[in-house]
Amino acid sequence: MHELAVTQSMINLVLEEAKKGNARKVKRINLVLGELSGVVGDCVQFYFGLMSKDTIAEGAVISFNTVATQAKCRQCSKVFEVKESDWVCPECHSISVELVAGNELFVESIEVE
Amino acid sequence: MEIKVLKDILSANDRTAERNRALLDSRKITAFNIMASPGSGKTSLILETIRALKNKVRIGVIEGDIASTIDAQKVAKEKVPVVQINTGGECHLEADQIGRALESLPLDKIDLLLVENVGNLVCPGEFKLGEHKKVLMLSVPEGDDKVHKYPLLFSMADAIVISKIDLLPYTTFDIPGFLKALKGMNPKARVFRVSCTTREGIDEWSKWVRSSVSI
Repeated sequence: MHELAVTQSMINLVLEEAKKGNARKVKRINLVLGELSGVVGDCVQFYFGLMSKDTIAEGAVISFNTVATQAKCRQCSKVFEVKESDWVCPECHSISVELVAGNELFVESIEVE
Repeated sequence: MEIKVLKDILSANDRTAERNRALLDSRKITAFNIMASPGSGKTSLILETIRALKNKVRIGVIEGDIASTIDAQKVAKEKVPVVQINTGGECHLEADQIGRALESLPLDKIDLLLVENVGNLVCPGEFKLGEHKKVLMLSVPEGDDKVHKYPLLFSMADAIVISKIDLLPYTTFDIPGFLKALKGMNPKARVFRVSCTTREGIDEWSKWVRSSVSI
């Protein structure tokens, strides 16, 4: 829902890292997006097209690596993927579970030349 | 050539939030980030908290809304310093907006800062502001199924306020079911049941807020 702010922050981060690496051109941005991050890849892509204009990141391909929501059972320590908002441990049926993955929102790497 | 980055996209916001936190700590101010959907009663809770505590602690308020100064005007009537932030469409407050608002507040005259986030159960969870406590409100008419629909906010809150509790007899809101789901997701959160209309639960809530303030 807040892709404008996220895309601007992503571009700032990418340009900063590219500058540190003395890059002339950013070819690819490898993003990691958790299911729960509330960020829609298509929107990031759309804003990126507009906001990266006239920067060395213009035209870069964004690769989205989506991370599924995962929970860890506090009773039996089982880590499981949460599907369709079913937060019940498949092993011991406890509902005492901790969110352990799905909130990711980071730039893993960039490919530059 | 590949450059490993491994940096959170919102790390710039996180750094600004840390600066806000350091500023607040240096002035011995305790800040609450109050999050909820639109219409759940955030402003009403803030007004009741001011009325309950204004003779005990010095309160300041930051109001976040997409547009309008309606909330800030209500708070200003309670004669406490207030700053309105209009996000102009953005669905959440960000740390740099709080940083600018802090410049407009008399920090040497504030012990407790109440920040009302933009009404939304998704995005505010992503953006740290520099707060000490995250409070999540859920009003009875919204329904008891929100814990698993908005797991991020429910899992990170320090306190959950169930508001409009006086409307319970008129709804099918299942309090034991809600609490069971909540305890599963977030066993540490304090839970308060309040009504700003009848003032039920306001004293207990205010006492907890008071106990979180360092003075």
